Amino acid sequence: MLALEAEPGSAVEISALDIVLWGVLPYVMVVVLVGGLIWRYKYDQFGWTTRSSQLYESRLLRIASPLFHFGLLAVIAGHFFGLVIPMAWTQAVGMSQEFYHFNALLVGGIAGVGTLGGIILLIYRRRTTGPVFMATTKNDKTMYVVLTGAIVFGLWTTLASVFEGEHGHNYRETVAPWFRSLFIFQPDIAAMAAAPFSFHLHTLVGMALFVIWPFTRLVHAFTAPFHYLFRPYIVYRSRDRDRDGSRAGAAATRSSGTAARRGWSAVGTRDRDTRNR
Amino acid sequence: MRVMAQMGMVMNLDKCIGCHTCSVTCKQAWTNRAGTEYVWFNNVETRPGQGYPRRYEDQERWHGGWVLNKRGKLVLKAGGRVKKLLGIFASPVQPELKDYYEPWTYDYKTLVDAPLGDDFPVARPKSLITGEDTKITWSANWDDDLGGSAENGHLDPIVEKVRRESEDKIKFAYEQTFMFYLPRICEHCLNPSCMASCPSGAIYKRVEDGIVLVDQDKCRGWRQCVTGCPYKKIYFNHKTGKAEKCTFCYPRVEVGLPTVCSETCVGRLRYLGLFLYDADAVTAAAAVTDPQELYDAQMDVLLDPNDPAVQAEARAQGIPADWIDAARRSPVYALAKVYKVALPLHPEYRTMPMVWYVPPLSPVVDLLRDQGHDGEDAGNLFGAIDALRIPVEYLAELFTAGDADRVTAVLKKLAAMRSFMRGISLGNDPDDSIPEAVGMDSQTMYEMYRLMAIAKYEERYVIPKAHVEQAHDLEEMGCSLDFEGGPGMQDSSPFGEASGRPVPVAVETFNALRDRQTSGAAPGETTLRGRVNLLNWDGTGAPAGLFPEKAPPGAGGGPGPGPGSQPGDRP
Repeated sequence: MLALEAEPGSAVEISALDIVLWGVLPYVMVVVLVGGLIWRYKYDQFGWTTRSSQLYESRLLRIASPLFHFGLLAVIAGHFFGLVIPMAWTQAVGMSQEFYHFNALLVGGIAGVGTLGGIILLIYRRRTTGPVFMATTKNDKTMYVVLTGAIVFGLWTTLASVFEGEHGHNYRETVAPWFRSLFIFQPDIAAMAAAPFSFHLHTLVGMALFVIWPFTRLVHAFTAPFHYLFRPYIVYRSRDRDRDGSRAGAAATRSSGTAARRGWSAVGTRDRDTRNR
Repeated sequence: MRVMAQMGMVMNLDKCIGCHTCSVTCKQAWTNRAGTEYVWFNNVETRPGQGYPRRYEDQERWHGGWVLNKRGKLVLKAGGRVKKLLGIFASPVQPELKDYYEPWTYDYKTLVDAPLGDDFPVARPKSLITGEDTKITWSANWDDDLGGSAENGHLDPIVEKVRRESEDKIKFAYEQTFMFYLPRICEHCLNPSCMASCPSGAIYKRVEDGIVLVDQDKCRGWRQCVTGCPYKKIYFNHKTGKAEKCTFCYPRVEVGLPTVCSETCVGRLRYLGLFLYDADAVTAAAAVTDPQELYDAQMDVLLDPNDPAVQAEARAQGIPADWIDAARRSPVYALAKVYKVALPLHPEYRTMPMVWYVPPLSPVVDLLRDQGHDGEDAGNLFGAIDALRIPVEYLAELFTAGDADRVTAVLKKLAAMRSFMRGISLGNDPDDSIPEAVGMDSQTMYEMYRLMAIAKYEERYVIPKAHVEQAHDLEEMGCSLDFEGGPGMQDSSPFGEASGRPVPVAVETFNALRDRQTSGAAPGETTLRGRVNLLNWDGTGAPAGLFPEKAPPGAGGGPGPGPGSQPGDRP
């Protein structure tokens, strides 16, 4: 116990593979994720959609989809709590390791099982409802494999620690420091290498998921419409963006900044592309 | 006062013969694509009837439109912003395909390709969704002409309501029945609840002409708009995952042409023109407490284009002079506010719809005639309108939130016009007492007759063109013409059906035209499987496939190259 607290990764030999997996791959993943999202947002606005299949089937979806999505939101919150908040902080506020562990397992387990149950139900629905299966692309199938893999392996790490109990692996001393170290570009490869195989697998599949994310229908998560809470109900759109709400007036006043004076009307109109994008 | 212009439509239901030409031409123009097989931007319903999608008017089930909350504030019936976001993972009240219908085609190929046999080949119905054999059980106009209403008539939500409120029952017995057709498009509302429901803010109202459109690039397929629209006139394209709706044929309207549904209307019953309205007054008008006063509130929002103050304000807001002039000549303004014979569809949804209807007098006239009375005599008609409570109450539920007096007033105007003009046609002196009985003068009545009965093309459609200096901007707003190839119309991109930027219409048309002019192949050649379309054959030479291939020697066994075999089809 004491040795672990001192330097969890110190006893582990770092191999070249470890460096690639835990020192290089995370950054490659981020580059692909961010670059891919930007590229897709610019190139494929039209394809950026949930591709909902509710029109075909609603009865199962109504249970499975909220189960999966809300479960996933809880899972994300749990990941944040486990990975971002250092152990020292929770201990500083008086949260014992046992309490934290129990809590993480209970809430994380419920969320994980809900998410898994949701996605199993969704996949069952997708396979058995004729029209939904017809509308499933290869891209979707690949995505489902990786997504389900990430959830299953994640749940495995959680369940394993339930059965191992006290002797289980404390990821807050290996995975979490590594995760935080990535953000300061000083990856603590040794810490991650010390984690058991199940955590490695979950992390790798998770990174695979983020790599394919921009190229699948999962992109809809990045346009979650929070701005709906703040926008006005009625949306007016004019060809003239400068004069909010009011009608596009004479061409002279709107074509360009210098053309406001009489007799200086621009010929033609401004290119839409430069204005809209 | 903020004056804005709105393109509006009026449909004169007395003239609708239910031929569905508008629906068909609209479908050919807009929704003959993958993913929109079940979609009819324009549909024609027989009323009484369930409509399309089935029972869409039952807002207790579909939660469309607006309601007033306890504090008298206008809120979406389906719930506020937070509730909508929480329900986003599975839209709680969402019509399914079975509420519309499962679109189908027929296996026509069998008719041509079936091997010679004793039985006639049959073209089986195939689902356009699954491609499998299907059983046709419903469609967009399954209950056309009251078909099946002895069994299903009671399922019409309006019938239910009128039955509840009246001791008489709407009967579907032959001798007591009434019916009329109700063509429906998007209402292009002043206070659209679809727009308010859209989490992405992809649905917008054009400032220039009030047409409500869906930005296909911004739509993310959350499908809340489908729930939000009480008329169920927003459809989910199940291939692209985007919402689609009636566009008011904006590319045509912008160049001064009527919409496709109007242009092709056999009964010439549609009117197109401008309304000027006070945009600042819309929300307050939609929040009037008594639903039966919504009609008046909506009337008050519409501004008189002949009022110099309105004109001055319109000019100040930048509305071009020719648009103001068009608003003064607008047939829809005349029918809605001057003659007051056009009524909005379901004002109680509080969306301020801008497609208006002249309620049909024909149920009344038909009943009179069937009972052996003179259906054009003013006294008979007035008496019948008062006596025939059921048709009037039914119309009132559709057009005035149940205010039968309002519908009666309109029907009496129509009856008066009918009777007044009959007198003139018979060579009698105009009977001024008839127009006076409905609060009009002879001159106005005659003008109304001209607009409604003569209905000249240029009087029905007063559509000011979009301005040339705006033309470049108007073209496919928010969508680039700077388009490099991209995914073709039918191509499937790696991200699913038709991802990538949509092909701008102009590019698509240009490419199609160029292909046709340069390819040398007859259009549709690919589907001919080696045969020749004789209509495209210019008579010179013998193109491949003109004659059946000679059977190779020794290819016996089967029936041989008989009339049923296809050259080039199989080796």
